[in-house]
Amino acid sequence: MEAEKTFDFENNIEKALRDDRLRKNLRNAMDILVEKRRSVFPDREHLERLRAAGNAIKRRALKQLPCLLEQLEANCTKNGIQVHWAEDTAEANGIVLDILRRHDAKEVVKGKSMVSEEMHLNHFLQTHGIDALETDLGEFIIQLNHETPSHIIVPAIHKNRDEVAAIFQEKIPDTPYTENVEELTAIARRVLRERFARAKVGLSGVNFAIAETGTLLLVENEGNGRMCTTVPEVHVAVMGLEKVLEKLSDVPPLLRLLTGSATGQLITTYVNMITSPRRQGEKDGPREVHLILLDNGRSHILSDPEFRQTLLCIRCGTCLNHCPVYVRIGGHAYGHVYPGPIGKILTPQMEGLRRAGVLATASSLCGACAEVCPVQIPIPALIRRLRRESYDTGDGATVADAGYRSNLAETLIWKGWELANTVPALNRLGTRLAGAVGDKMPNRGPLKAWTRVRTAPKFAAKSLHDRVGKEGVKNE
Amino acid sequence: MNSQASRERILARLRSSGTEQTTVPVAPAPEAPSLDREDKIARMTELMGAIRTEVHVVAADDWPNKLKELAREKGWKRLLYGPDSPIGPDVEAAWTAGGEDHGDGLPKLIPYTEPVERFKENLFGMDAGITSCRGGVADTGAVVLWPTPEEPRLLSLVPPVHVAVLDADTIHDSLAEMMAVENWAGGMPTNALLISGPSKTADIEFTLVFGVHGPKEMVVLIRK
Repeated sequence: MEAEKTFDFENNIEKALRDDRLRKNLRNAMDILVEKRRSVFPDREHLERLRAAGNAIKRRALKQLPCLLEQLEANCTKNGIQVHWAEDTAEANGIVLDILRRHDAKEVVKGKSMVSEEMHLNHFLQTHGIDALETDLGEFIIQLNHETPSHIIVPAIHKNRDEVAAIFQEKIPDTPYTENVEELTAIARRVLRERFARAKVGLSGVNFAIAETGTLLLVENEGNGRMCTTVPEVHVAVMGLEKVLEKLSDVPPLLRLLTGSATGQLITTYVNMITSPRRQGEKDGPREVHLILLDNGRSHILSDPEFRQTLLCIRCGTCLNHCPVYVRIGGHAYGHVYPGPIGKILTPQMEGLRRAGVLATASSLCGACAEVCPVQIPIPALIRRLRRESYDTGDGATVADAGYRSNLAETLIWKGWELANTVPALNRLGTRLAGAVGDKMPNRGPLKAWTRVRTAPKFAAKSLHDRVGKEGVKNE
Repeated sequence: MNSQASRERILARLRSSGTEQTTVPVAPAPEAPSLDREDKIARMTELMGAIRTEVHVVAADDWPNKLKELAREKGWKRLLYGPDSPIGPDVEAAWTAGGEDHGDGLPKLIPYTEPVERFKENLFGMDAGITSCRGGVADTGAVVLWPTPEEPRLLSLVPPVHVAVLDADTIHDSLAEMMAVENWAGGMPTNALLISGPSKTADIEFTLVFGVHGPKEMVVLIRK
């Protein structure tokens, strides 16, 4: 998409770091989310057992993924839900458009869905004259302002109330300026209720799909998801194909992990389980339900035993909240749909290293993301693997554009490093040189990229090796 | 576009991915503690109350009086209900009991018996809606609804107030326990819902606001 062509990560980061308001908003918001999560999981041992269970459930689902998808399809079909398969986002968009056209719909009301963001669905539909309206309050705000979400769970977290007030006043007819959050919410309620009542088609994401019963499960607090999936005649659900679970009994532990990790809630206001369109005699609910299963690179990710773990993700967003990089730069700087630690591992695998590999460089490898991940994805290990594949095509590299950053200078430097550490004479020479001239290295040229933002190391005049040889080891 | 061909290609890639080699550790989820009846009621009241649900524990046959009291106090004009639902006859009886002028100050009872297509305008003009519950889950605090033709899905969503009538005996320790005991896997309804409070959002500066799209208020009457 256009945004990606001009994607300049370094420049984005610089810009975000200079934006004091953004940094303050993010810091406040992330501190709240971190604290809320902590308070909803007070018992460390209980949480660890829950995380282990979540990991096992998702692994068991991935292990049988093709069978479970077929079972899901069979059960959904039996229940009256129409199932579609899409290899990529273009195909998924086409399927949505097809359904909308068949119902002569000029607008669609949308519940929050990251997969629809991945599809850039709103933009696509707009080019075909169809108005896709976001109804989650946060999404509604940023859509009015022609922005994209900056967080998976709280999409408008970068906005202050006065910014929201100004957006509402400018974009919604006959709306006075108000910074009162209750009033702002009431304005959105009024506008959106009219649209719910008249829309023919509603679109939503899926948090979990249960193969055993052919059930789609959605969690939310606002009720807009229930509106989108109940009021219009047609409901279209889009999901990444890794969201399928084997059994209904897999739901409760994952649900607890999802809502606890995402927003620090024991449970969301609504857990909405949809198993069929309106049945005979029922008074409401859509007459048609469609489920679109999107691959978009996921089947390729599945083929690597290590990277496969990326697909365990349940999109809770807690890795963002705990990431020292995300907290400072926010979601937009990442330039892609999925920001933060999960985005750093998911996006390069979907888009290739040439386009998105640079994301994997934005990590201090502090390990916070892996520590809090509700399904125990080893995110730092996968970041390191992506970094390695950026330079190295050997050892079974599987990500597109592997080795795209390999270059002669670095290859030679590492070759030299290898020699210096395997040939004793070279090693002695090297340490002596480092002691003599190491501190006098010029703060210019290629080294500057490193030393500009880091304190250069201080070399000792004599190597440890020499000193041990002469002075022996004290207190041995 | 050919969804069938895409399906075959996707499945072929998934089948050749080697994912069947994925190791699955043995890690059972911790179970919710088993509570007695009183503790379940207490926990429901505490947890749902904490997120601004009004919970009243009432005697099994006295709940319609509580409902009338609330209706008068809150000044509802139109109360949506399902006449053929498990609680419909009780509501009607309470509304007609006590003679001519007894209905003073009570909202008009509006039955939800038409398909939504013919009922939308009415539906969006209600002050409150009342439903029965299939049960409750104590460990997280939520009522469970399986909407039916007699109590449609939008009854608990569109009116600004949702009153849920819950039998204390149907409160389970947890969702996991309820799903297992009632064998949900054996047959799911069109729509199953867990509702833990009024509709809410914190999307603007984390300020909690109730009633963004669904009900602004939720009342649970626990029949003891």
